[in-house]
Amino acid sequence: MVTLTIDGRQVQAEAGATILEVAQDNNIYIPTLCFNEAVKPYGACRLCLVEITRGKRERLVASCLYEVEEGLQVKTNSERISSNRRMLMELLLARCPNNKAIQDLARQLGVDGTNFKLEDKNCILCALCVRTCTEVVGVSAISLVNRGTDRQMATPFYEPSDVCIGCGSCAYVCPTGAIGFEDVGDTRHIYWPNNSMEFKLKKCSTCGKYWAPERQLEDIIKKANLASDAFDNCPDCRD
Amino acid sequence: MRKKRIVNRLNSSGELEALRQSIVGSRDPKKTCIVVCGGTGCLALGAEDVIAGFRQELRERGLESKIDLRITGCPGFCERGTLVVIKPENILYQQVRGEDVPEIISETIKGSIVDRLLYVDPNTGKKVTYENDVPFYKKQKRLLLGDNANIDPTIIDDYLALGGYTALSKALFKMSPEGIIEEVKKSGLRGRGGGGFPTGVKWETCRHAHGDTRYIICNCDEGDPGAFMDRSLMEGNPHSVLEGMIIGAYAIGGHEGYIYVRNEYPLAVKNAQIAIKQAEEYGLLGKNILGSGFDFAVKISRGGGAFVCGESTALMASLEGKVGEPRAKYVHTVEKGLYDKPTNLNNVETWANVPLIINNGAGWYSAIGSEGSKGTKIFSLVGKINNTGLVEVSMGISLREIIYDIGGGIPGGKKFKAVQTGGPSGGCIPESMLNLPVDFDQLTKAGSMMGSGGMIVMDEDTCMVDIAKYFVSFLEGESCGKCVPCREGLKRMSQILTDIAQGKGKDGDIGLLERLSSTLIDSSLCALGSSAPNPVLTTLRYFRDEYEAHIRDKRCPAGVCKELVTYLISEEKCPGCGLCVKACPVEAITFMGKKKPVVLDQEKCVKCGSCYDVCKLDAVIRE
Amino acid sequence: MLVSILQDIQAEYSYLPKEALVVVSQGLALPLTQVYSVATFFKAFSLKPRGRHLINVCLGTACHVRGAVRILEEIERKLDINSGGTTQDRKYTLETVNCVGACALGPIVIVDGKYSGQMKTDKVKPLLESYK
Repeated sequence: MVTLTIDGRQVQAEAGATILEVAQDNNIYIPTLCFNEAVKPYGACRLCLVEITRGKRERLVASCLYEVEEGLQVKTNSERISSNRRMLMELLLARCPNNKAIQDLARQLGVDGTNFKLEDKNCILCALCVRTCTEVVGVSAISLVNRGTDRQMATPFYEPSDVCIGCGSCAYVCPTGAIGFEDVGDTRHIYWPNNSMEFKLKKCSTCGKYWAPERQLEDIIKKANLASDAFDNCPDCRD
Repeated sequence: MRKKRIVNRLNSSGELEALRQSIVGSRDPKKTCIVVCGGTGCLALGAEDVIAGFRQELRERGLESKIDLRITGCPGFCERGTLVVIKPENILYQQVRGEDVPEIISETIKGSIVDRLLYVDPNTGKKVTYENDVPFYKKQKRLLLGDNANIDPTIIDDYLALGGYTALSKALFKMSPEGIIEEVKKSGLRGRGGGGFPTGVKWETCRHAHGDTRYIICNCDEGDPGAFMDRSLMEGNPHSVLEGMIIGAYAIGGHEGYIYVRNEYPLAVKNAQIAIKQAEEYGLLGKNILGSGFDFAVKISRGGGAFVCGESTALMASLEGKVGEPRAKYVHTVEKGLYDKPTNLNNVETWANVPLIINNGAGWYSAIGSEGSKGTKIFSLVGKINNTGLVEVSMGISLREIIYDIGGGIPGGKKFKAVQTGGPSGGCIPESMLNLPVDFDQLTKAGSMMGSGGMIVMDEDTCMVDIAKYFVSFLEGESCGKCVPCREGLKRMSQILTDIAQGKGKDGDIGLLERLSSTLIDSSLCALGSSAPNPVLTTLRYFRDEYEAHIRDKRCPAGVCKELVTYLISEEKCPGCGLCVKACPVEAITFMGKKKPVVLDQEKCVKCGSCYDVCKLDAVIRE
Repeated sequence: MLVSILQDIQAEYSYLPKEALVVVSQGLALPLTQVYSVATFFKAFSLKPRGRHLINVCLGTACHVRGAVRILEEIERKLDINSGGTTQDRKYTLETVNCVGACALGPIVIVDGKYSGQMKTDKVKPLLESYK
C-alpha cells in the first residue's frame, strides 16, 4: 500500500494502481473520454491529465496511465489543468458541435463555445470501439486507419468484415454514440462512422423471435466449445 | 574489376591487428587515388556520370593499376558537388561534371592541376588548391566526418586500415562492461538525436533493468527536414556506427540489435547492409565476436515514411509491426521498450562517437566542447547560405561563426533574417542572438533547441509567417493522430496560419495561437505535439511585426505569401527583352515588340515569381 | 517484420494490392485490421496502383526555403494532376516526400529513384520529356 495526496487529501492505494483508479475509488472527479474499465488505458483524449509533484519536479501526466507512488502529490483541478481541459473541450466541440455527449461534457467543464471552424463529426477517435473489439471480444474486426487529421475508424478497405460478429460491443462502449446499432426484423444493422454492415439474426426455434446475430452465436459456440444447437432457443425459451 | 576476397574470420585482437597491418602494408600511401563523393547529395548533381566516367577512362587508358579510384560517402561540402579529391596531395576539385573527367585524368598523370575546377575563395578571389585550405573545412573539427573521404563504405578494409574496430577490440579484451559505461559517462557524451540525454547514464540504467533480454537500437530515422547528418554517417561510414553499437551492446548486455533507417535513405540502407555482411564475414559481428565469446547480431529495419517514428516508442511500435503510435513514457524504454523488454536506443551520431571515446579516452573527449555539452556536433547548414553542407565543430561555437566563417554568409548579398535550429521541434533565432553558443542548453534558453543539428538559414526574402505555417502543416501531416491536442490542435493552428497567410487573419488570431500552443505543450502525448508550437512561438517572439502586417495590413513584407503579393511590370524600366515572357509558366506575360514594355495579365498570373527571379533590370516589381 | 514485408511487396507491384494484404495477414497470423492500419499509416505505401514513373518532390524545409513549392506547382500544371494523383494515361504518379536528406542541393525532384538537384521551374519540362 502507498500513501499519496490528491488535492490536499491523503489517500491510501495499492501499489500499481493508477491515479485515476485511486481518484475514482475516493470519489474525486477526473473527466475522461477514452477510458473504460473493460480495456487497457490508452491515454489519447488527454482530459484526465493531472498535475503531479515529485520532489521539485512538477509535470502533467495522464492519470489513467500513471501508477501511484509513495508520497506522490496530485492536483486534479489546478488553473493549469482547468485551462488545458477547456481548450481540449473547445477542440472537441469544434469537431463534434452537434454531439450531445460532447456538448454535455463541454458545459460541465465550463466551455460554452469554440473559436474554431465547425466540423460535423461524432467520432472522437478515442478507439474504445477498436480496443474493445480486440481486447474483449477478440475478433479485431475494426481498427483506426490513416494517420493524423485523416485518421478514421473503419473495417479493412471500408468493406464488410469477414470477422465481425455483429455483437455491437463497439456501439455499446462508444462514449459519444457515434456508432449506430439497430435490429429491424431479421436483420441487425451496425452503422460505423464510415461504413456499415448487416447481420442475419438467429430465429428462436420455439418463439420465433429474432434475437442475436448468427455470426456472434457461431463465434461463442466455437470459443466456448459448445454444441452446435446450443443457441437454437432464445434466452427466454431456454431453461 | 575486383576479385572475390577470401576472408578469414578473426578470432582474437592479435589477428585483427595483424590484418590491419597487412592491409596498411599492402597499400602505397603515395599512390595516386582519385576520390569521388558518391553520397546522395552529389548523386543528385550527377556524380553517377562522374564515377562512370572515371571508371571508363581509367580502363580505356590502361591506368587501373596505376591510379586507384575510391567512391566515398559525403565529405560535407555539398554546395560544391560533385566533389573530387586527388590524393595523396589532397587537391580538391569542385562542381565536377562527367565531361571534366578526361581532363582531370590527363592532368593528374602529368602531375599538374585543372585550374578551372579549383575552389575560389569568395573573400579573397583566390583559387584554393588543397582541401585543407578551403575555409569551409579549415574551421571545422571533423572527428566523425573527416574519415568519410578515406573510406569506401562498401570496403571494410578501408575502415580497418584507419584503425577501425580497435576500439571494439580494446573494449572486449581490456575493459569490463561497467568500465566501458564509466568511461562513456565520464566523457560527458549526450544523445545526438535531439534529446541530449547523458548516454552513459542511459546505458547504465538499461544494463540494470529487470530481464534477460536487452535490445540495442540505432535510430537512423532522421526525420527533421533539412537534416542529413545521419544519412552521411550511415552512407559514408557505417562501420563507425556498427562498432559503437557492438561496444554498447557489450557494455549493456544486449545480443540483438536493430538499425532503423528511414525509408527515404535507400543508399544508407544498402551501405549498412553491406557493412553488416562484411563485418560478419570477419567475425566482428555475429557469434563469438573476435573470439571473445560475446554474441551480437544486427538487423536492418526500414521506416515507412513517418516522421513520428523518429520518436523512440513509435519507432519500437513500428519495429513490432504496429502503426507508429507513441506511448506515454512514464516507464522508460530502457526498462520496457521493444516487445516490453529493456531497450537502449541511441542516435547514429551518438553511436559513432563511442569508438572515439574508447580509443582516446574520456579525458580527451571531455576536453572538447562546452561546459555542459562535450565533443563535436555535426550540423547540416542549408537554406540561404553560401556554403551549404555538413559542418562538424566543437560544441560551444557561436551561431555567427558557423553561419559566417564556415558558411560563408548569405548569397546574393541578401540580409540574414533568421536561422531555424532543431527542425520542426525547434525555433527561429534572429540576428540579435547570433552570438549564442550552439550546444544543448544555450539555444533552449532562446526558445529554440539544438535538436539533431539541422540549421536552416533564412534571408530577407523569407516570410516568417510562411515558415511557421510550413512547420505546422508539416507536423499536421506527420501527427500520428492519437491524441486530441496534437491532432485537433495542429489542424486548427494550421487553419489559422493559412488564413493569416492568405490575408484572412483577424484580431485575436495571435492570442488563439498562443493558447493552442500552451495546450499542445502541456497536454500532448509525445514530443511531436509538445514541441510543435516552438516554431510558431519563436516567430511570434522575434517577428511579431510580420504577423501583424499580414493580419492588419493584409501585407506580406517578404513578398512570399501569394494572395498578398502582386507582380507588376515597371513600364519605365522594361526594355521589352522578353526574358520574363519565356520564364512565365502560364503565359501571362505578352511580348509587345522590342523597346516596348511587356504586359502582365493579372488574371492569369499565378504569383510564382519566375519573372521577378529572371529579370536583371529590376523591371518586375513585387508588392 | 511487417513494414519490411509490405515494402518488398510495394517494390514488386508499385503498390499494395488488396489480395496481397490478405495473404500477408494470413501468412503472419495477424489480424487483417492490423495489416491494413499499418498500410494506411505509412506514407511510403500506396493502396492504389501508381503510374509507370513515380515523381517525388521533396518538401523538406531546406527545399521549401529554396522554392520547392513552385517546382511542385509547375509539375502539377504540366501534368494536370494534383500531388498524390496519377495522370490519366497512367504515365506519372506525383507525390511529395518530407526530406530525402540532400538538403544542400535543394530543391530536389526524384523520378524513379534518380535524383535531380538544384531544380528550377524551367528544368521541369525537359525533365518530364526525358521519360517515355
